[in-house]
Amino acid sequence: MEVVLSLLCGIMAAVSIYLMLSGNLIRFIFGLVIATNAVNLLIFVAGGLSEIRPPLIAENAEFPTTPMANALPQALILTAIVIGFALLTFIFILFYKTYQSLGTVDAESMRVSEPLNLYQNPDQNQYDPHHRQISEKLFPEQAKAGTS
Amino acid sequence: MNCVLLFPIILPFITAAAALWLKTDLKRQQQISLLGALLHCGAALFLLSTVSRGGMIAMQVGNWPAPFGITLAADHLSVILVAVTGILGLAVVVYSRSEIQAHVLEGGYHPLMQILIGGVCGAFLTGDLFNLYVWFEVMLMASFGLLVLGREQMQYDGGVKYVMLNLFSTLLFITGIGLLYGMTGTLNMADLHHAVATVPDKGLLTAVAAVFMTAFGIKAGLFPLFFWLPVSYHTPPVAVSAILAGLLTKVGVYAMIRLFTLVFIFDIAWTHGVLLIAAIFTMVVGVLGAAAGNDFRRILSFHIISQVGYMVLGLALFTPLALTGAIFYLLHHMIVKANLFLISGAARRAGGSFALGSLGGLYKNNGWLALLFFIPAFSLAGFPPLSGFWAKMLIIRAGLEIHAYFAAAVAVAVGLLTTYSMTKLWGEAFWKPRPADASAEDGDVLQRPDIGMLLPIAVLAGLTLFIGLMPGPFISMAEKAAFELTHPEIYVNAVMGIVP
Repeated sequence: MEVVLSLLCGIMAAVSIYLMLSGNLIRFIFGLVIATNAVNLLIFVAGGLSEIRPPLIAENAEFPTTPMANALPQALILTAIVIGFALLTFIFILFYKTYQSLGTVDAESMRVSEPLNLYQNPDQNQYDPHHRQISEKLFPEQAKAGTS
Repeated sequence: MNCVLLFPIILPFITAAAALWLKTDLKRQQQISLLGALLHCGAALFLLSTVSRGGMIAMQVGNWPAPFGITLAADHLSVILVAVTGILGLAVVVYSRSEIQAHVLEGGYHPLMQILIGGVCGAFLTGDLFNLYVWFEVMLMASFGLLVLGREQMQYDGGVKYVMLNLFSTLLFITGIGLLYGMTGTLNMADLHHAVATVPDKGLLTAVAAVFMTAFGIKAGLFPLFFWLPVSYHTPPVAVSAILAGLLTKVGVYAMIRLFTLVFIFDIAWTHGVLLIAAIFTMVVGVLGAAAGNDFRRILSFHIISQVGYMVLGLALFTPLALTGAIFYLLHHMIVKANLFLISGAARRAGGSFALGSLGGLYKNNGWLALLFFIPAFSLAGFPPLSGFWAKMLIIRAGLEIHAYFAAAVAVAVGLLTTYSMTKLWGEAFWKPRPADASAEDGDVLQRPDIGMLLPIAVLAGLTLFIGLMPGPFISMAEKAAFELTHPEIYVNAVMGIVP
C-alpha cells in the first residue's frame, strides 16, 4: 500500500510541477491544487500506514489497551488542508484581479514591475522583438510613448 | 511569569481585531493601530529585558508537556529579533499615517499590518516545526494582501510572482515537515535535536535537510532562489516595502539559523558547505544587481539579497564568532534596511519619483533628509563607526579565523561594491542637480516630507548611530545568543523543563 501511495505522490508532484512551470496562471492554480494534495498524501504516507484500531479509547477508560493508529498525521493534514483552501481562494481572486488589470494570464508577458526598458532608455527593448510585441499589445499607450 | 512570551504574539492580533471592528472609522482605526504597535513594542522590549536578565524561557501552551503540546521558546536570538520587530512595527505604523492613501486604508491596511507583525513574532518565538509553518502562512497571507492593496498594475504583477514562489516554498517546507515526522516521530524542535541522532539512515535525513534549506532559501532570498524579491518589493506603498524588507526575508534567515544549529547538525561539512557556496553567490549576485539598478527601491531590494548572503555566510562558517556576526548582522540590517525604504518614500515625496533619472537636488533642498539617508546608507556599506562596520568586521574576522580566506575576501569585495551602489544613490538622488525636465509622477505635488515621515526615519537612524558608537552591549547580546546556538542543550533543557 505504501508503495502505491508513494508512487501516486511522486506522479502528482511531477504533474503539478509541470503545470506550475508552464507560465500560465490558470495552469498554475491546477498545479497548486495537485501539489497541495500530493503533499497531504505524503504526510499521510510518511506518518505510517497501519491496519490497527482508530485512536478512540473505551468509555470510562483512561488509557488505550490495544495499539492504536497515530492520529497526529491526520491532524497535520487537516490543518494543511484548511490553510490550503484559504490560500487557494486568495489566489483565485488575486489571479482574476490580475487578469482584469493586466489583460493576460501569461506570466512571461507580465513585465510591468520589471520593465525591459530600464527607465532611462525607452528604446532599448526594440532589440527584443518578442517582448516588444507583447508590450505593445499589452500597453499600447506606453509603447507609443516609448517610441516617440 | 513565562506568559510574557505570549504578549508579543497576542497583542497584534487583538489590535487587528479591534482595527477590523473600526473599519468604517479610518481615523480611529489608525489610532488603535498606533496604540497597538506602541504596546507591542513595549511588550517586545520587556521580553528582551526579561530574557537578557533571567536567561532563556519556554512556555507550554495549554500546559501540555513539551514534546506533545506546542512550545513557545524565547532564547536570546528570538527575543533580539522580536524586539527589533516591535521597533520596526511602531516606526512603520507611525510612517503610514503620512503615506498610506485612503483606498489602501479602506482595503484593510492596518489589520493586515498587525497580523503580519503578529505572524512574524509567532515565527520567531515558536518551538514547534509545524507551528512555525502555520506562522509562516499567517505572515505570508498578510503580506500577500499588503502587496496588492493598492490595486496598481505593477503590484498585481509583482504580487503574482511573489505569491507563486512563496507558495512553492511553503509546499516544500511542509513536505520537509512530513518527511521529518515520518523519520523521527516528533516535530518539537528541542525533541528533534535528540530524535535526529537516532535516525539510522543519515543520507535520507540530509536530503530532508536540503528540502528545508531550499524552502527557507526561497523565503530568505538566497541565490538562486531570490527572483520573487526584486520583482515585488518595489511595488507596494513604501511603508509596506519597509516592513517586508525589514522582516520577511529575515524570518527565512532565522528559520535557517534555528534548524541548522539545533536539528541538522549531523553532517556539517555537507549542509553548511552548500550554505557557504550559496551565501557567496548570494552576496555577489545581489550586489551586482544593485549596482546595475536605476530605481531607488529596486537597488535597495537587491541589497537585501546581498546582505542576506552575509548572514547566511555567518551561519555557514559555523563558529561562535561567525554566529555572533550573523546575529549582529540581522539586528543591524533589519533596522537599516527598513529605514532606507522609509527614506526612499520621503525622497519620492520630495523629488517626485523613485527613478534615479528623475531625482536630484535633494541635498540642496532637503538637507536633513540627506543626512538621515547618509547614516543608514553608509552603515549598510560598512563604514566605521556605523553599525554595519561592526557587523561586517565580525563576519570577516570569523572567516579569517578558520582560514576561509576566499569567503572573507568576497565579503570585503562585496562591501566595496555596496559602497559603490550607495554612492550612486547618493550622487544621483541627492547631489546631482535636479533634472530640468523632471516632473512629479501621477500629478503629485512636490512637498517636504512631513514630521510623521521624518520622525521614524530619525529614530531608526539614531538607533543605527547608537549601535555603531556603542556596539559593546549589542555584540555581547549577540554573543550570548551565539553561545546558546552553539550549545543546543541549553535550548533543549529549557524547552523540556530539565534543570541541568
